Amino acid sequence: MSMRPTLAVVLRHFYLLRGSPARILPLFAWVTIDIVLWGFLSHYLTSITSTAFHFVPALLGAVLLWDFCIRVMQGVTLAFFEDVWSRNFLNIFATPLTISDYVGGLVLSSIATSSVGLVVMLVLASAVFGLSFFALGAAAVPFLMVLFLFGIAIGIFACAIVLRLGPAAEWFIWPIPALISPFAGVLYPLATLPPWMRAVSYVLPPSYVFEGLRRLIQGGAVSAGRLAAGTALAGLEILLACWYFRKVYRHAVKTGLIARYSAESLN
Amino acid sequence: MDSPQPAVLSATNLSKRYGETVAVDGVSFEVRRNEIVGLLGPNGAGKTTTINMILGVLEADAGSVRIGGLDVTKRRSQALARTNFAAVYAPLPGNLTVYENLRVFGMIYGVHALAERIEQLIAEFELTKFRKTKCGVLSSGEQTRLCLAKAMLNSPNLLLLDEPTASLDPASARDIRASIRTLSMHGSRGVLWTSHNMYEVEEVCHRVLFLSHGRILLEGDPKSLPAEHGKQSLEELFIAVAREPLSLEGV
Repeated sequence: MSMRPTLAVVLRHFYLLRGSPARILPLFAWVTIDIVLWGFLSHYLTSITSTAFHFVPALLGAVLLWDFCIRVMQGVTLAFFEDVWSRNFLNIFATPLTISDYVGGLVLSSIATSSVGLVVMLVLASAVFGLSFFALGAAAVPFLMVLFLFGIAIGIFACAIVLRLGPAAEWFIWPIPALISPFAGVLYPLATLPPWMRAVSYVLPPSYVFEGLRRLIQGGAVSAGRLAAGTALAGLEILLACWYFRKVYRHAVKTGLIARYSAESLN
Repeated sequence: MDSPQPAVLSATNLSKRYGETVAVDGVSFEVRRNEIVGLLGPNGAGKTTTINMILGVLEADAGSVRIGGLDVTKRRSQALARTNFAAVYAPLPGNLTVYENLRVFGMIYGVHALAERIEQLIAEFELTKFRKTKCGVLSSGEQTRLCLAKAMLNSPNLLLLDEPTASLDPASARDIRASIRTLSMHGSRGVLWTSHNMYEVEEVCHRVLFLSHGRILLEGDPKSLPAEHGKQSLEELFIAVAREPLSLEGV
């Protein structure tokens, strides 16, 4: 099996980024804004409370990890949207490219773009607010891995939704992280949630990360079993997202949606 | 008498229905090596639906498509690796340059010695001065030449051209026709060509298929077919197919 078709999808995205400040800036602009906003808020909360609670790692750390997850998701969806916006589906899908090649290319593009955001995030958080992710120790790796896998899963799922419903469905995709965030317990423990919301959070891998993060900050140990469960869940959700994308693609080929894909073909 | 060339494309009993509308109704035909076949018919006759089924982007309700003996449904990647297309309704992404588009699609098609192939095609389709130009700012004629260059990247055995000269001026269209005719005679290439320009079809195609309401109504040599049906020209025959298909059915 050749990697060339997959790399072609990545190269296409690289060409687009290379010549476009409008595409490069968002890779780190939102991360920077979040660091400034949540960094100062965390400092302020530390200054007005007498508890020994560490707001900077608990709030800023959580926000930045969640930001990373969002960047990964958007790395996948934006690479896909480039084909939507340039009405490129017929050119792309009437080639030897397989669905695995194509989705693989979207994921690799996302790894590249989200890595830029991650590096900027690590440098700024450390330099400006003294928040070092290295202080999390070995747990930082599985934390990032779970969030990365989950970002990929929702990214692929979001692409499938737009492929199924048409370009206008793009507007369903942007709020997805905001919808997930209250259930994932990004800023508060899951115990705060009512039982029905807590039940939802159990199927969201990020909830295992943020619970682990808070436990770590409070001096506790991160449960390897729970992190493994989060990782396995995220892996399973990627498989489900790929299955759904393939199913939607099959439907699009059956109905002719691929060949007629445009803003007017919502059906 | 020459023995017939082997088929590069075999469409057998292809059918497609959208709800109650029958778009393609049991169409069977072949395109042989070194042959240019014109797929003609009025708007809505089923030409583009047929091409989409050949390209594997539309699933047939019934029938099969074989490219070089490979079933498009079962061995899609291998079959499409030896196929390519250019269509007026499928321009290449306008936010990439000419070179970037050719490089990306060349990689997707797994073209060997890609850099050399791109240079060759850029020269052949007179795109040298546009190699660093974003495709979105090219004129429609230049975009057509780029689409044709893309369509030739993998030296396809089967070339599908859906109104390839629709947006070209007469001089450019003549050059493109000549070049495709030459290309079709080399190697083991066959071409399926749709056009509404009957002069062009008569000049280029070895054989034509007239589609009407999703069915092949007439088939034959574009030079002799009009006379066989009591018409002065291919254009007159086309109009008859479009307006009075029943009068030609079963002829």
